[in-house]
Amino acid sequence: MADHDRWPAVREGWRTAAAQGLYAYGLIVRMWVRSTLAYRASFVMMAVGNFAACALDFVAILLMFSQIDALGGFTLPEVAFLYGTSGLSLGLADLLLGSMDRLGRRVRDGTLDVLLLRPAPVFAQVAADRFALRRLGRISQALLVLGWSVTRLDVDWTAGRLLLVVLMTVCGTAIFGAVFTTGAAFQFWAQDAAEVQNSFTYGGNALLQYPPTVFAKDLVRGVTFVVPLAFVNWLPALRLLGRPDPLGLPGWVDFLGPAVAALMCAGAALAWRYGLRGYRSTGS
Amino acid sequence: MWCVAVAAGSFRRYATYRVATAAGVFTNTVFGFIVAYTFVALWAERPHLGGYGQAQALTFVWTAQALLAAAALMGGGGLEELQERIRTGDVAVDLYRPADLQLWWLAADLGRAGMQLIGRGVVPMAVGALVFPLALPGDVLTWGWFLLSVLLGIVVSFGLRYLVALASFWLLDGSGLSMISGLACLFFSGMLLPLRVFPGGFGEVVQLLPWAAILQVPADVLIGVRTGGALLRGLVFQAAWGAALLALGRLVQSAATRRVVVHGG
Repeated sequence: MADHDRWPAVREGWRTAAAQGLYAYGLIVRMWVRSTLAYRASFVMMAVGNFAACALDFVAILLMFSQIDALGGFTLPEVAFLYGTSGLSLGLADLLLGSMDRLGRRVRDGTLDVLLLRPAPVFAQVAADRFALRRLGRISQALLVLGWSVTRLDVDWTAGRLLLVVLMTVCGTAIFGAVFTTGAAFQFWAQDAAEVQNSFTYGGNALLQYPPTVFAKDLVRGVTFVVPLAFVNWLPALRLLGRPDPLGLPGWVDFLGPAVAALMCAGAALAWRYGLRGYRSTGS
Repeated sequence: MWCVAVAAGSFRRYATYRVATAAGVFTNTVFGFIVAYTFVALWAERPHLGGYGQAQALTFVWTAQALLAAAALMGGGGLEELQERIRTGDVAVDLYRPADLQLWWLAADLGRAGMQLIGRGVVPMAVGALVFPLALPGDVLTWGWFLLSVLLGIVVSFGLRYLVALASFWLLDGSGLSMISGLACLFFSGMLLPLRVFPGGFGEVVQLLPWAAILQVPADVLIGVRTGGALLRGLVFQAAWGAALLALGRLVQSAATRRVVVHGG
């Protein structure tokens, strides 16, 4: 674990800021985890609830498949693969940055000022604020579904293909993380509008659980070119499943996930800076 | 009557959250689109699934989105405030008021629901009707029965949430129970999938539970699969659950207030 003695050794410039941020994030997260585990029964109940909330979504899909064999031309294991990869990415981003949707409340009641006074990056503090360990529920549920689908799919699981699954999870987490951050930056201006970002995070997840063939072409274009959620799982998953992409994009686009994720994170960072700079606190 | 004043106050209070309402409308609409497309695919595979045509299934989707906030289909709906007042002990002040606790909160909930039905229901429904072919009724009478059914559904929803809130008298931390109750409502109301699509005997049982009165019955009235005798049976079903839950709430309330002990001086 890092301790204060190591600080002088850290290089100057943005690397210092990043390291400081990570350090502060780690400290605050550990504090919230300890506080959560103090009420162990309550934590178990909330984690199970988080798991069950996500599981019900999948139960609805299972109930659909009790009536049909394929949805939009995709079988149950294929839909489960989409469900698992999207749910895992969202779950990880939600665990790491999901508490940022509380920013609007902090702007409204003025408690954000307290964070500005502390000697740690505001982003790290906001991201770690009320770190919710119960969100492991969603992650474990998505992992279960993903694991089940991997054993059921008719795919030759070479090392390269497994690596692609890991890569798409990392990129997907970064993409959803960028959405959480942009949503939080938006709340500097639209304090009460926390629910808008739900459309893109939880709504995006609900969209990506289903095959792209189900949706109108314009909607698929929107989540490919405007809010590029399609790179979370749709494009790489279609390649793994050996399915054509409904937009007929060239094959190399399937591997653009890391570039798209990096671009979105950069955009989110700019939005966050802009939002924070413009913050004027409450009161007269 | 003070009940009307409480309801009107609650209506006005929720009317002031304009940005939150707009954000909610946006989210309801986005989710409506996503679910609508999956239902189009589902009904393309199995036309007449659960006795719905495709237009009727799509109408169900947008009705569910329109009622989501008003009928508190995901739990909450302002009663978490009562829960908090019980936890902190502020409820003692409420009990001293010359107004019945249950009636007070029912009035407040109806005011909130009225505002959210208009503020968060109309726009998603209109957008849905513009983009998708919906099976909306052309006659005023069916809309009237629908609104009556919605009202009864909100009373049933309130009855359930009020019981959950009162459980805080015994549990102190009611958040776990609220979550379970919210999940149950989400699933058994038909919000995720219409109850008519649930397979076999399970499908028949879920249509008898109180949650069916919150969304499934009003949606069926609007869609036009409940007319004549079936319409009447649906409304009686809703009213019976509403009355039973309110009576149970009253029993629990009197048991709770007998044991209430306010700490401090």
